[in-house]
Amino acid sequence: MLDIEIDGKAVQVPEGSTVMDAATLAGITIPHFCYHKKLSIAASCRMCLVQVEKAPKPLPACATPVTNGMKVWTRSKVALQAQKGVMEFLLINHPLDCPVCDQGGECLLQDLAVGYGGAHARYQEEKRVFVNKNYGPLIASESSRCINCTRCVRFTAEIGGEMELGQAFRGDHAEIMTFLGRAVDSELSGNVIDLCPVGALTSKPFRYSARTWELSRRRSVSPHDSLGTNLIVQTKNDVVKRVLPLNNDQLNECWLADRDRFSYEALTGEQRLLQPMMRNGEDWHSESWQKVLPFVSSALRAVVSEQGGQALGALASPHSTIEELYLLQKLVRGLGSENVDFRLRRHDFRSDAVRAGVPWLGMTVVDVHDLDSILIIGSFLRKDAPLLAQKVRHSAMRHGLQVCTVGPNAEDWRMPMATRALVPPSEMVDTLAAVAAALAMKTGKALSETLEARAPTEISDDARAIAQSLADGEKAAVWLGNLAEQHPRAAELHLWAQEIARLSGASFGFVGEAANSVGGYLANAVPGDGGLDARSMIESPRHAYLLLGAEPDLDFADGVAAMEAMNRARLVVAISAFDSPALRQVADVLLPLAPFTETPGTFVNCIGDTQSFEASTHSRGDSRPGWKILRVLGNLLELPGFDQDHFESARDEALGDGGDFRARLNNAIGNVPVATPSEPRAGSLQRVADVPVYFADPLVRRAPSLQKTADAAQPVARMPSVTMAALGVQPSDRVRVTGTGGAVELQVVADENLAPGCVRIAAAHVSTVPLGPLHGELSVERL
Amino acid sequence: MSEHRLILAGLDGDRTWRLQDYVARGGYEAFRKIIAEKTPPDVIIAELKASDLRGRGGAGFPTGLKWSFMPRSFPGDKYLACNSDEGEPGTFKDRDILRYNPHTVIEGMLIGAYAMGCTRGYNYIHGEIFEVYLRFEEALDEARAAGLLGQNILGSDFSFELFAHHGFGAYICGEETALLESIEGKKGQPRFKPPFPASYGLYGKPTTVNNTETFASVPFIMKMGGKAFQGLGKPNNGGAKLFSVSGHVRKPGNYELELGTPFSELLSMAGGMRAGRKLKAVIPGGSSAPVVPADIMMDCTMDFDSIAKAGSMLGSGAVIVMDETTCMVRALERLSRFYHEESCGQCTPCREGTGWLYRVVHRIEVGIGRPEDLDLLRSVAGNISGRTVCALGDAAAGPVQSFVKHFADEFEYHIENKKCLVPPAVQDTGSQIYVSQSC
Repeated sequence: MLDIEIDGKAVQVPEGSTVMDAATLAGITIPHFCYHKKLSIAASCRMCLVQVEKAPKPLPACATPVTNGMKVWTRSKVALQAQKGVMEFLLINHPLDCPVCDQGGECLLQDLAVGYGGAHARYQEEKRVFVNKNYGPLIASESSRCINCTRCVRFTAEIGGEMELGQAFRGDHAEIMTFLGRAVDSELSGNVIDLCPVGALTSKPFRYSARTWELSRRRSVSPHDSLGTNLIVQTKNDVVKRVLPLNNDQLNECWLADRDRFSYEALTGEQRLLQPMMRNGEDWHSESWQKVLPFVSSALRAVVSEQGGQALGALASPHSTIEELYLLQKLVRGLGSENVDFRLRRHDFRSDAVRAGVPWLGMTVVDVHDLDSILIIGSFLRKDAPLLAQKVRHSAMRHGLQVCTVGPNAEDWRMPMATRALVPPSEMVDTLAAVAAALAMKTGKALSETLEARAPTEISDDARAIAQSLADGEKAAVWLGNLAEQHPRAAELHLWAQEIARLSGASFGFVGEAANSVGGYLANAVPGDGGLDARSMIESPRHAYLLLGAEPDLDFADGVAAMEAMNRARLVVAISAFDSPALRQVADVLLPLAPFTETPGTFVNCIGDTQSFEASTHSRGDSRPGWKILRVLGNLLELPGFDQDHFESARDEALGDGGDFRARLNNAIGNVPVATPSEPRAGSLQRVADVPVYFADPLVRRAPSLQKTADAAQPVARMPSVTMAALGVQPSDRVRVTGTGGAVELQVVADENLAPGCVRIAAAHVSTVPLGPLHGELSVERL
Repeated sequence: MSEHRLILAGLDGDRTWRLQDYVARGGYEAFRKIIAEKTPPDVIIAELKASDLRGRGGAGFPTGLKWSFMPRSFPGDKYLACNSDEGEPGTFKDRDILRYNPHTVIEGMLIGAYAMGCTRGYNYIHGEIFEVYLRFEEALDEARAAGLLGQNILGSDFSFELFAHHGFGAYICGEETALLESIEGKKGQPRFKPPFPASYGLYGKPTTVNNTETFASVPFIMKMGGKAFQGLGKPNNGGAKLFSVSGHVRKPGNYELELGTPFSELLSMAGGMRAGRKLKAVIPGGSSAPVVPADIMMDCTMDFDSIAKAGSMLGSGAVIVMDETTCMVRALERLSRFYHEESCGQCTPCREGTGWLYRVVHRIEVGIGRPEDLDLLRSVAGNISGRTVCALGDAAAGPVQSFVKHFADEFEYHIENKKCLVPPAVQDTGSQIYVSQSC
């Protein structure tokens, strides 16, 4: 520890601290612009100049290391003179038109100018003017306001993983811009808006729609990925105007993925379902809750009494709250059915019979920092869980974490990668088995008895390298991604991952697809004895379906089959925040659901944290919180146990006493027999389906600005050039792709980051739904 | 006293830059001796310390001390960089060394690499003297062919790879950390210090950066001995040094003389003032050095300490001589414009302040200055100096402060009378370019 005295206050700081760190510890604020606790030190704004004993010149607090016995004055004459001098320089070319600037009221320069700026300007020449840049649909630029602090530049390089912005030109011509012909298309790009201390980078969707002081702030939790990013939802007149990060060092730190930040735009979109709707033949009419709920209740009763409880199936989105999932399963079970599931994109449910508990990440997010080696199986991690990927990136860039992957995809994750075993989906199980076998050889430990016979004799170099990395790492982890969970042999991938983790002493778990991928299990929204899972409910169609927050065409493992099953059903009740043609095609009743900002609720994220939140606004129109809809429905059906008077009662019932369910989190599974996969036909093509980041759930699909980004581009047929050559197609050819569900026409795009024989076609988009399942064989013909 | 030529000695012939010419002048003897005798690195550094050699790039930091900062037992590569990014107005010595005697720089770098255990070196050459870069590449080829660079040099276990690298003319790349950034392929912007290059330099490895002339002096020090070199100059100001004399003298050019030589002698070596005009002022160490009025300058000797005492600095040894036809406002306007153009834009005071200084000086020069402008110049320059990441801020403020200090009357005359104290007709005669007979 080092002793330092700042403004007469003595503090002790650890070795390697800067004067800025020490000041923070002492509770002293030193004005600054370029310094940011999560970014590298630039020391370029010079606003934090302070007086240091024996130093001939004022020194920047952010970059000056503390030495023992140092004495610092942050508000002495020398320090103030330096700080005021810098402020004057910053203001000479900065437009002094705060009233028309979108940053007004939350501008660091404006705030500090009050304390350090002069009352009048000594600079009377013309001010410098820059042309504004186009950074795409999310970020607005006013380049003349830029003070060249380079926080945005450092963010893209250090947190985003690729330097997308840079400072071009010299001297007072220096300006921030993208590289020629390039755009800012990081999935984390919106953070530069928060980082920009002035109005040079602002939110395009939010721009000029409210002033900071008019906004109410509500804590919330992102409903999108499994991380459970903490949010501040800002509202004006009961309308969500903006979403900002709520700092949580255990999860998202001070960052937000663009999906979390901009999805709020869908809340006020035209497709919001604002009134209960009932089908009348081919026509639809709006109806009051008072009429529609008794109808639903009696219709459900009729199905159950005529066809039995098993005739009913409930399918819920994994983005639903604990309360919704819990009451849904309670209602269905009350009606005598065990058919309830929330794992809609999954195909292989064999692990259900042998799993020891609730699958989760198997570690905390903070622990990623200390990992030496990680194997990520079947994942589009960067787009599936942008901030979890950021943690891995940070560790890989700063601490030398070795990142290995197994899967059909090797797209750029913007981080150093150790080994990427690029294999088609059909070979993933064998590759994992090879890694396990290589590990057994390296560590001298024996393979489990049940797996020994299945171990391959040939071990690829990639498998060997992955095994080496895991064996060398003192702290290692194995994660199964969304593609692995949706894989037709998911249970075997799970089993081998467990074996690899056992042999290497690694922790082991699932990334998880959605906000309640863990919570759904805890709420028991999974089939019980004799119940049908999501796949079986579609493959053996039910007479009646209850749909919660899910779209039959886009949110299922096989949209074609799901639509067909529901089309044939006698009754489909959809509780949904949005209206859609597909819902109108299959449903008989549409009940307007309040999305996450309009309902209280709880998500249990991938690390098992329970995060409850209140509604940020009232429910729009006649939409209602899901837990209330289900509770009233339970009452109308005269089911017992539907007397919760607050969402917390439902949560506590779902999660048990005090919500202590940690003991239930367990990724272990027992043995799963080998699925005898139908050998892929020679020369056949395998589908690789990613769920693009901005198509993943009903809310984000309807966020207009996100839909204008590169990540939301129209789906194409990506394939490696060897596969293109085998098919005789060229990039940008149009092809007809036929899957088991049907055919679609797509444009060909060359993608060398795919295993040979694979065609990557995005899922969850209306244009690719006709293909059917997310995996399996495809045929491609040139048009 | 006359010139004392070391680096410039024997360069009167044809094609003096060739290896065989250099060897004929005794080149590579010092290095060969070190290799043959396996001289311990400590001995070399001790010799350098004894020579009192101070960095020739401008800051005048003792070279032996700098070399001793390099960590001894560092695993992995250590780097050596030569700063030939000579971009300061008035300075033109390094380009002539590289043009006529490139091998002395290579030999100096070899000795440095040997003494500090560096495995790789770069010579960063200013982009606006491209032919010099090409010539240095030729010299490197010669040295490689002769087994003087590469693996196991001269059969020893010492290996050193040396490369030439050219910039694109940015003045800031002469700042040593900006130079390193530029070699790394990044935008040439200085790093903040600490850490210094000796601990975190090129590609994050320990690195020593020296000026071209510094390296060029090393072989001579090794040959004549540190004490003898030191004896050429004054205590704490060892050796001989090149001075680039420009401006209103009869014979502008590079002159190599012992440190401590009176300025008056340098002036007469350069042929004295043109057309018998009177000396008005001298910028003794390149454009960033404060200007010194004639009477003070005539009492100075050309060494670090004497010039510092006169309130300026020896800098790179670029002596800009101005006679009585010079308008000091116009001269300062020119300098301020240079610094405004060359500021890298990284830190606030320099980025915003250099432009402000130029605009104010410019408006005084064109006759729209205001009475408060001199105070404004002093204040703005004061707010820049000592507050920036690198020394460019000080370099921009220094001329303004010194011109306004010593020639306030000229500035005031400009502001009050909207015209020059030195009549334009006189200035015009002064600005005609004079070409000396011997050039």
